[in-house]
Amino acid sequence: MSRIRSWPRIVVLVIGAIVFLFPFYYMVIGSLQATPDTSIAGAIPIHGVTLNNYAQINERVDLLRSLTNSGIFTGGVLLFTVVFGVLAGYALARLHFRGRGSLFGLMLLVQVVPFQLLIIPLYVMIVRNYGLADSYMGMILPFAINSTAVFIFRQFFLALPEDLFAAARIDGASELRILWSIGLPLVRPALLTATLIAFIGPWNEFLWPFLVTKDANLQPLAVSLANYISNIAGRAANPYGAILAGAVVLAAPAVALFVAFQKHFTSSELGSGVKG
Amino acid sequence: MPNATVTRDQPGPTAPPSKRRSRRLRTVFGRQPLGIGLAAPYAVFLAAVFAYPLGLAVWISFHDYFFAAPGAQVSRPFVGLDNYKTALSDPAVRRSFLNVVEFLVINVPLTVVLSLVLATALNGAIRGRSFLRVAYYVPYVSASVAVVAVWLFLFSGDGMVNKLLGPLAPDPSWLVNSGLAMPVIAIFVTWKQLGFFILLYLAALQNVSKELYEAASVDGAGKFRSFMSVTVPGVRPATTLVVILATITGANLFTEPYLLTNGGGPDGASTSPVFVMYQKGIEQGSPDVASAIGVILVIGVLVISLINRRLLERD
Repeated sequence: MSRIRSWPRIVVLVIGAIVFLFPFYYMVIGSLQATPDTSIAGAIPIHGVTLNNYAQINERVDLLRSLTNSGIFTGGVLLFTVVFGVLAGYALARLHFRGRGSLFGLMLLVQVVPFQLLIIPLYVMIVRNYGLADSYMGMILPFAINSTAVFIFRQFFLALPEDLFAAARIDGASELRILWSIGLPLVRPALLTATLIAFIGPWNEFLWPFLVTKDANLQPLAVSLANYISNIAGRAANPYGAILAGAVVLAAPAVALFVAFQKHFTSSELGSGVKG
Repeated sequence: MPNATVTRDQPGPTAPPSKRRSRRLRTVFGRQPLGIGLAAPYAVFLAAVFAYPLGLAVWISFHDYFFAAPGAQVSRPFVGLDNYKTALSDPAVRRSFLNVVEFLVINVPLTVVLSLVLATALNGAIRGRSFLRVAYYVPYVSASVAVVAVWLFLFSGDGMVNKLLGPLAPDPSWLVNSGLAMPVIAIFVTWKQLGFFILLYLAALQNVSKELYEAASVDGAGKFRSFMSVTVPGVRPATTLVVILATITGANLFTEPYLLTNGGGPDGASTSPVFVMYQKGIEQGSPDVASAIGVILVIGVLVISLINRRLLERD
C-alpha cells in the first residue's frame, strides 16, 4: 500500500496538483499583464509585466481600507472564538454541570443547519431591530464564536489524562487556575488549528458583510471586490487585470497563513475534531 | 472532583450546613457549577444567533411579515401556509430548487469519488506529500470572491478554456449558456471544496486496518480490487459525512450564482434558493416568502441527510 514508486498514483497526484494550483498561478499572471492575453502562450508572460492593475484596483477600491476592515472583522471573530471558545470547550470536556448535554447537542446541530438559511431572521434582528447595519459589531456578531473551533478545543481537552486534573484539584488549584496553567499549555496546537479554521470563515465570508454594510468605508475586501466585479468592472480599461489584482490581494493572506502553518492543518489535527 | 465524590458518599444530616447548601447547589447546577459560568457566553451566543433566529425564521414564514421602522407598532397577522403557497407557485423559486438538485446530482458524486481517490493516492509515504496536501487545500482556504475572479477570466467568451478548445468551444460560452452555467458552478464548487473532503478521507483512512489490505493481497486482489472491497467500505462513515456536508454546501450556494453567472443568469438558469431568498427577502422586501423558502430548503437538506444515512449505513 505504501510503496514509494507507483506511477499511476504519482500521475494522479500531479495532475490533481496542477488542476488545483493552475488557477492561482493564472490569477497572479493575469494580475501582472498590461492587456489580457488569454492565449495558451499568455500563461507564460515574457513581456508586458506591470503593476498597473494593482494601482487601478486601488483607485476604485481602497485596498488598505478594505484590508483593514477584513482584518477588524476577522480579528474580532478570532478574539471571541479563542477567549470564549476555550472556556466553553474546557467546560464541555472536563466539567460536570447541568445543561452540558444540551449545549453539546446544540453545538452539533449548528454544524448541520446551513447558516445562509438564517440570513433573513438575522437581517431582521441585527439590521432592523438592533440598528447594527454598517458597523463592525453587526458584521462580527453572527460569527463571533466559531462552533468548529469550540468542538476542536473540547476534543483536545477531552484527550488529556484525567489524572493530571485530579492531581491539581487535590493540590487545591481552582478550576480556572487548572485551565490556565495545565490545560492551556497542553492544548496549544489546538489553539493554532482552531485559529486557522476560525480565520478563513470571516476573511472569506461574502454574503453576510455584503448584506450588513452599504458604506464602502466599512466593507471588507471580499465585499468591495465583489461590488467592483459586478458594477464597475465594465468601465475599466483592463477589467480582468484589475479584478485579478484584487483577487490576489484577497487570497494571499489566507494562502500564506495556511502554507506557513500547514503542519497544524492536517488530517490528524482535524480528525480528532471530526471524530466525535 | 474527588472532593465532590466524597461529599456525595456521605449523605445525611450530619453534614455541616454550609456543605448541605453546596450539595443542594450541586444537584441544581451539577457537580461543577463553574462549568455553567465558563460555557455561558457560548450558550448565550448560540441562543441569540442560532436558536432564536431559527425559531424566528419559522415564525416569520407563517405570518404576513414586512420590514417596518424600528419601534413602530404594526400588526403581522398569522397567514397559515400562504407564504409557502406564494413561494412554491413562483416559477423563479421552483427553478432555483431544480437548479440546486441539478447542482447536487453533479457535485456530490464527483466530490465523493475525486476526494476518496485523491486521499487514497495521498495516503502513505510519498515524496512531496506535504506540498501536495497544501496544493489541494489552497482553493478551500481562499475566498470564493477571489477564485471566482479567475474562473470568470478562464471561462469567459474569449478566455483560455475556449482558446484551448478551439472549434470545440461551446456557443454561447460557458457562463452565458443556460445548459452549462449550473454544471460549471457545480464543478467550481467541487474544485473549491475538494481539499477539505480529502482531509476528512485522509483521517478516515487511518482507521482502515492494514491487515485487511494484507489479507486482500494474499487473496490475490489487485490494487483496484482492494480499493473497492477494503477502502470503500472501510471509510463508509466518512462518506456519509462527506455527502451530508457537500449537500449543506450546495444548499448554501450564493456567491457563485451572484458573481460567476452575474445574478443567476442566463434567464435564471443558475439561480439558487439562497439567491432567490436574497432577492425576495431583502431586495423586494418580502422576508416572509423568503423565510418560507428557507424553511423548505432546511427540510429538504434534513430529508436528504436522513435518506443518505439510511442508504449508506445499512449493512
